[in-house]
Amino acid sequence: MKPQRIRRWALTGGVIGALVLAGLGVPTARAAEPIRIGFGMALTGGLSANGKPALLAVQIWKDDVNKRGGLLGRPVELVYYDDQTNPATVPGIYTKLLDVDKVDLVISGYGTNLIAPLMPIAMERKLTIMGMFGLANNEKYQYPNYFQIQPAGPDPQTSTAIGFFELAAKQTPRPQTVAIVGADAEYPQNALVGARELIKKFGLKTVYDRTYPPSTVDYTPIVRAIKATNADIVFVASYPPDSVGMLRAAHEVGLQPKIFGGGMVGLQFTSVMTSMGPMLNGVVNYDFWAPEPTMLAFPGIKEFLKEYQARAEKAGVDPLGYYLPPYSYALVQVLGQAVEATKSLDQQKLADYLRATEFNTVVGKVKFGKNGEWAKGRTLMVQYQKVHGTGIDQFRGPGKKVVLYPEELKSGAIVYPYSAAKN
Amino acid sequence: MVAGLLLGGFYAAVSLGVSLIFGLLDIANIAQPAFVILGSYAAYVMNRSFGLDAILTGLLFTPVFYVLGAVVYRLYYESFERRGEESLRGLVFFFGVLFIIEVSLSLKYGVDYRLVEAAYIGKSIDLGGVGIAFRLLVPCLVGLAMTLALHLFLSRTFYGRAVMAVSQDRLALRLMGADPVRIKTIAFGVGIAAASLAGALLITIAPVVPSTDRDYIGRMFAITVLGGMGSIAGTLVAAVILGVAESLMSTFFGPSWSLAVSFGILLVALAVRPAGLLGR
Repeated sequence: MKPQRIRRWALTGGVIGALVLAGLGVPTARAAEPIRIGFGMALTGGLSANGKPALLAVQIWKDDVNKRGGLLGRPVELVYYDDQTNPATVPGIYTKLLDVDKVDLVISGYGTNLIAPLMPIAMERKLTIMGMFGLANNEKYQYPNYFQIQPAGPDPQTSTAIGFFELAAKQTPRPQTVAIVGADAEYPQNALVGARELIKKFGLKTVYDRTYPPSTVDYTPIVRAIKATNADIVFVASYPPDSVGMLRAAHEVGLQPKIFGGGMVGLQFTSVMTSMGPMLNGVVNYDFWAPEPTMLAFPGIKEFLKEYQARAEKAGVDPLGYYLPPYSYALVQVLGQAVEATKSLDQQKLADYLRATEFNTVVGKVKFGKNGEWAKGRTLMVQYQKVHGTGIDQFRGPGKKVVLYPEELKSGAIVYPYSAAKN
Repeated sequence: MVAGLLLGGFYAAVSLGVSLIFGLLDIANIAQPAFVILGSYAAYVMNRSFGLDAILTGLLFTPVFYVLGAVVYRLYYESFERRGEESLRGLVFFFGVLFIIEVSLSLKYGVDYRLVEAAYIGKSIDLGGVGIAFRLLVPCLVGLAMTLALHLFLSRTFYGRAVMAVSQDRLALRLMGADPVRIKTIAFGVGIAAASLAGALLITIAPVVPSTDRDYIGRMFAITVLGGMGSIAGTLVAAVILGVAESLMSTFFGPSWSLAVSFGILLVALAVRPAGLLGR
């Protein structure tokens, strides 16, 4: 290489180097820079029906915060990628977020399986991590800087069933026999383990305890077998297609237990509610949110839902948004409050604050406890009552999904036995 | 037992397309369940938008599906069969079709569970102490009607006999002055048209998402093989056997065994009678 050319290269290199150093070294320039929050989210694939509404909720929070002047005087910016509901994409997404996009804070995507691959990354880099609806993700790691927003509480396995069995045990005449049934899949199996524990605790007698393959087409033989046992309590842990199948079969076969439902995933979704209509009446099932006076009393929830429902149609997501969106909003709300209070983006300071504080959110007061789960579980038990027809508007107001459990959020009385509310 | 018979009628409806296309034409169309789901979504859209009955929609859409089937077959023929590359590459082609249908449905309608409404869903009649759900009875009757119609088509009409002929001896058919490609196009179209009705029946029985098709691939091919390749009556017999076995196992021994027993029956039947129950 000729000496002249070397000089030119050196000069160019020097100029670039100086520019880079100047960019890094001027702290005043950062003041107006946005605070960047990064995450992967299931925008396609199996969980996208929940992932997309969750994203909308986080976006609404960002807009709300920026309207008020941002966090620490800096605007908030979201950096997110589609994880395709595929856990294998998660490490790549978060490595890019942290190393290339240089985000300041990270939150998880939606769901247990998508949080699992994030845990080792968070631990290795000592990140404070907010989890969105993960069941027992931190049980094994016990990582102190993980915080999870689903109100499952310190004992996730019994969290779905506890309200159901507590309610059942309180009724007169007190039910004695139980049938439990669920799909051969991860969540239903966990819920059934919890149910068995509770059956023992409440001194009930199991008369039917079976599982079925998730691809079952016809549920009438199962329901008929349950009917033959004459069980007082029927606890079902199912995914959406089987929830619909079991409920229809229960009506066709004329199943008349004293209390029916428990852990049926899918009945909370607007598309299913508006198809099943009056068939839902009487079912006592777990839920996280319902438009009942006790739940609408939380500060900011009405404004949030109004904004969400206005934007839902354009975003092509669940039009009511009662299941996951309030909690997704609360998750970033908690994080934002921690940043404001500590006046810092330091991961450890944030985690210390998150562990010690009770937060006021759109889903009520949130306090984290063991393993970063809610200190006290708050999975609701609701009963569908007086559903007429399949119109969507009836589900916007109170009285259709009455909160029965826990006591402090109760919004109405249980109709007991099941047959009394069924029609 | 009754529930099993009803389920069998429905299984027959779902498997007829495979029986025709895979059994008679020897084309490994594994995209058939995806066409069934496409039929379910057509029924869903018409039910939601215009309040049309799902099964009526299924019937109205058969010509559309027939054309769709004919186009797909032509594409397959020009690209693979004509060049004699149908075995492995054809399989890959239909895998591709399956994914395209699945992903298109996901993009257009999302991944929410979709259901239809009809006056008879959730009701049942009591026949001699046995409650029979209309939701299962109607699909079963339609399934039986479809089986009968297809059987008559194959045995009584000119095109039907030509389809049987093309499955036996292509060359001989050509010598008789009939164009095997045209006959196969018709048969493929009929097979896909059957998927339109089968899809409508499926969404009447259970909610669907775009990926529901995967639950049915195994059952459909198992029924076709058990019944005997290309035998329409055999398909019905096999579908009923599988339906009854699943139901009885669910009721008496626990539902987790039902699928294992169904496929166990398939294994035993194939060991004893490799051509299938009514196969030639």
